Amino acid sequence: MNPQLLQVICFYAFGFVTVAAALSVITLKNSVHAVLALVLTFFSAACLWLLLEAEFLALALIVVYVGAVMVLFLFVVMMLDIDQEKMREGFVKFLPIGLFVAAIMLAEMLGLIGVRAMQAHVMGADPAVAAGVSNTAWLGRALYTSFLLPFEIAALILTVGIVAAVALTLRERRDARYESASQQVKADPNRRVRIVKMAAVRPDESTETQEPQP
Amino acid sequence: MITLAHYIVLGAVLFCIAVAGLFINRKNVIVLLMSIELMLLAVNMNFVAFSRFLGDVSGQVFVFFILTVAAAEAAIGLAILVLLFRTRSTINIADIDSMKG
Repeated sequence: MNPQLLQVICFYAFGFVTVAAALSVITLKNSVHAVLALVLTFFSAACLWLLLEAEFLALALIVVYVGAVMVLFLFVVMMLDIDQEKMREGFVKFLPIGLFVAAIMLAEMLGLIGVRAMQAHVMGADPAVAAGVSNTAWLGRALYTSFLLPFEIAALILTVGIVAAVALTLRERRDARYESASQQVKADPNRRVRIVKMAAVRPDESTETQEPQP
Repeated sequence: MITLAHYIVLGAVLFCIAVAGLFINRKNVIVLLMSIELMLLAVNMNFVAFSRFLGDVSGQVFVFFILTVAAAEAAIGLAILVLLFRTRSTINIADIDSMKG
């Protein structure tokens, strides 16, 4: 089969799955099913990125997003006891306006970006291959040279995210005993231990054999 | 032959689905968070497509940063959600109106 035709077929197959899964994310009644549909959306989007030969980002999407963030979503959704029926209130009421806004927005976007002009851009040779490296090396070289400061800021953002998430959900228990780190640091060693200097004493034979008197 | 238009249209469709999701699921915070994730995915799709078709690495680097920020945002958002459920026993937007906005 013609490889370009195969690419187009793959694009339409993965694109259809992506759109169908995204639609089910916003329409499914059960939140757990919605999260699973979101996982499918991300997975097929990663397949589409593989078609674009963006291998590193596609695999990062699967490992980081599907593997970590979506599992976090699943944990939270399963942990919370949600009244599914009450959550659906207003679904039918807002359905027409939601569809209306989405349709208008889609028409505006497609008109604005000029689909016909975009069709002139045909997928050429992979720029990473043209540079003689793999996609990961191509991305990594840019990331560690021109984008070094933003890369470090991204690390800082992740640290802030961890600290914020822990600080928000940390719960102090009244019935448990905690050690106070600040008091421990502030403790004065002179008040805890007294060091006594004394001359070394050679054990005497008479004292060594002497029995302690009761 | 895959053209840039294919990916741009797919990104636009995904974004509009996410916007519709924000409108029709306005009671459920979890679905709202998931709609935001869908929007970010649509944006990332555009970035990767432009990066590939224009041969510029910056688009893919930017997707990397968007993924980082989105992960932090999801973690903090879910932490707030857990805190909200612990104190109010509900995550229904209609019941969270103490700020009278």
